[in-house]
Amino acid sequence: MQTKLVEIAPRQQVRTVETNNKVQTKDLQVFYGKFRALADINVAIQENKITAIIGPSGCGKSTLLRSFNRMNDLTPSSHMEGEILLDGMDVNQPGVDVVEVRRRVGMVFQRPNPFPKSIYDNVAYGPRLYGVRRKGDLDSLVEDSLMKAALWDEVKDKLHQSGLSLSGGQQQRLCIARAIAVEPEVILMDEPAAALDPISTLRIEELMHDIVQYYTIIIVTHNMQQAARVSDFTAMMMIDDHRSGRMIEFGPTQDIFTNPKDKRTEDYVTGRFG
Amino acid sequence: MSAGTVSLSRFQQLMAQNQAARIARRKALNGVMLTLTGLLTVLALIPLFWIVGYVLYKGAAALSIAFFTQLPTPMGIPGGGVRNAIEGTIVITVLACLFAIPPGVLAAFYAARYPNTPLGVAVRFSTDVLSGVPSIVIGLFIYVLVVQPQGHYSALAGGIAVSLLMLPTIVRTTEEMLKLVPHSLREGSLALGAPEWKTSVSVLFPAALSGIITGFLLAISRAAGETAPLLFTALGNERYDIADIVHNGMVQKQGAFTILARIINQPADSLPLTLWKNSQQPFPERIQQSWAAALVLMVLALLINVFARVWVEYRRRKLQG
Repeated sequence: MQTKLVEIAPRQQVRTVETNNKVQTKDLQVFYGKFRALADINVAIQENKITAIIGPSGCGKSTLLRSFNRMNDLTPSSHMEGEILLDGMDVNQPGVDVVEVRRRVGMVFQRPNPFPKSIYDNVAYGPRLYGVRRKGDLDSLVEDSLMKAALWDEVKDKLHQSGLSLSGGQQQRLCIARAIAVEPEVILMDEPAAALDPISTLRIEELMHDIVQYYTIIIVTHNMQQAARVSDFTAMMMIDDHRSGRMIEFGPTQDIFTNPKDKRTEDYVTGRFG
Repeated sequence: MSAGTVSLSRFQQLMAQNQAARIARRKALNGVMLTLTGLLTVLALIPLFWIVGYVLYKGAAALSIAFFTQLPTPMGIPGGGVRNAIEGTIVITVLACLFAIPPGVLAAFYAARYPNTPLGVAVRFSTDVLSGVPSIVIGLFIYVLVVQPQGHYSALAGGIAVSLLMLPTIVRTTEEMLKLVPHSLREGSLALGAPEWKTSVSVLFPAALSGIITGFLLAISRAAGETAPLLFTALGNERYDIADIVHNGMVQKQGAFTILARIINQPADSLPLTLWKNSQQPFPERIQQSWAAALVLMVLALLINVFARVWVEYRRRKLQG
């Protein structure tokens, strides 16, 4: 198991347990045309922790999440100002290789989006992108990733069936396995359980707990109980008078839910906010 | 409050008064409309079955092994077949696919990815215009562009003319199929760090493949039945014989390329051309062959359509698991 991973990411084997700022933004602004969707975001995401981003609809949670792996670049007319530091390196620079950023910062979407390929090919898609060709290497990477995503036992006998033949919850874990297969450092999850039933949701949450020792996880969720259950830190966002999203509070999840400093956070987490 | 209650119950009273009549009228109307739509559907199907039945009745009699394997006999002499036309149809269709599919698919990728750029709009607009151009005009255009400079008619010119007819269908169906691929698949691939071209080739294209191939097949089945663009380009050739060309080439020790060039560089016949020309002859056996050619064309179109449907269903099952 140890040697299998070395070829892709030797760095993972020597990772220390000390906690530090994995992702940090400095005065991050995101614009769609002239409209400022995010204003003055300053946040420090801790390594190997789960950070939840909560807030009412339209407050820019997803926009913030998608700026961490530069997915906002895909929206025409969008541009970002400020710094996004990944291990202290600003990834919001013109010369930065977006492909490398996206390998280091993986993403899981709201609706499971397995490719219309076999289960095996879904997971092997990422490694193949980065030049892994030998069948033995791919086999072990696929197995490792599916194991970590807690899907191996359910699919080991049908790896060559279509990924679309799985149930919704299994498809989402397949997408997590697909993201894990390129050994990312950060995994972004955009409401990963919004389209799933409660049991599948629980499995995803357990899975997040199991894998957070290897990765830094940032999750956007509408579900306050979910944020309280799974996350170590919580960021509360809200729109200001100009409809720009701002981060109004950030701290350990315990504090945000039991002892919020901001009145609006308190209203929101206690359900009094419309 | 009391006024609201009164008006509501008044409404209920009115509703109860004519309830029976209302329901009876609705059911009667439903019956009339259902009968009408059913009758008109049958009416619309009559020409189809009529054509199929009549061609089958007239054409089946002239079908024989010789029809597929022999060249035409001289005018007025019974017997012979239309092997020249079958071979010509295949050569012209293959050429048309080679000319139409690669640029058509690539243009569709561009138009689907950048629909609002000037070039993307131009692709859509020009394919719309091209699909509206009468096929005979395309034949004349290729006559001026290819046949006149070359100084002779050829299967090549026919293939180019037919490819122009296939192009709009291929571009538009491919583009539509690519647009149907969920946006989330593209994002999923890009989020893994895949470049755009890789996403297009390994995710979008396979996801849209069954629809794209169906578009190809429909374009081919239409192209194989085209007559007008071939009149000024492939012309027709009762002595078109690939086996003979290959045999002669081998005897004269010509290279494969030369032989291929000779196959595509001489006038060729095609089934629709043969149908059209033979139907104007005074000889009954030629007219018979016309019907048989019509039957073969029809069966070919039917087979392609059935194959496309079966294949799409097979792919769908395989992907859904």
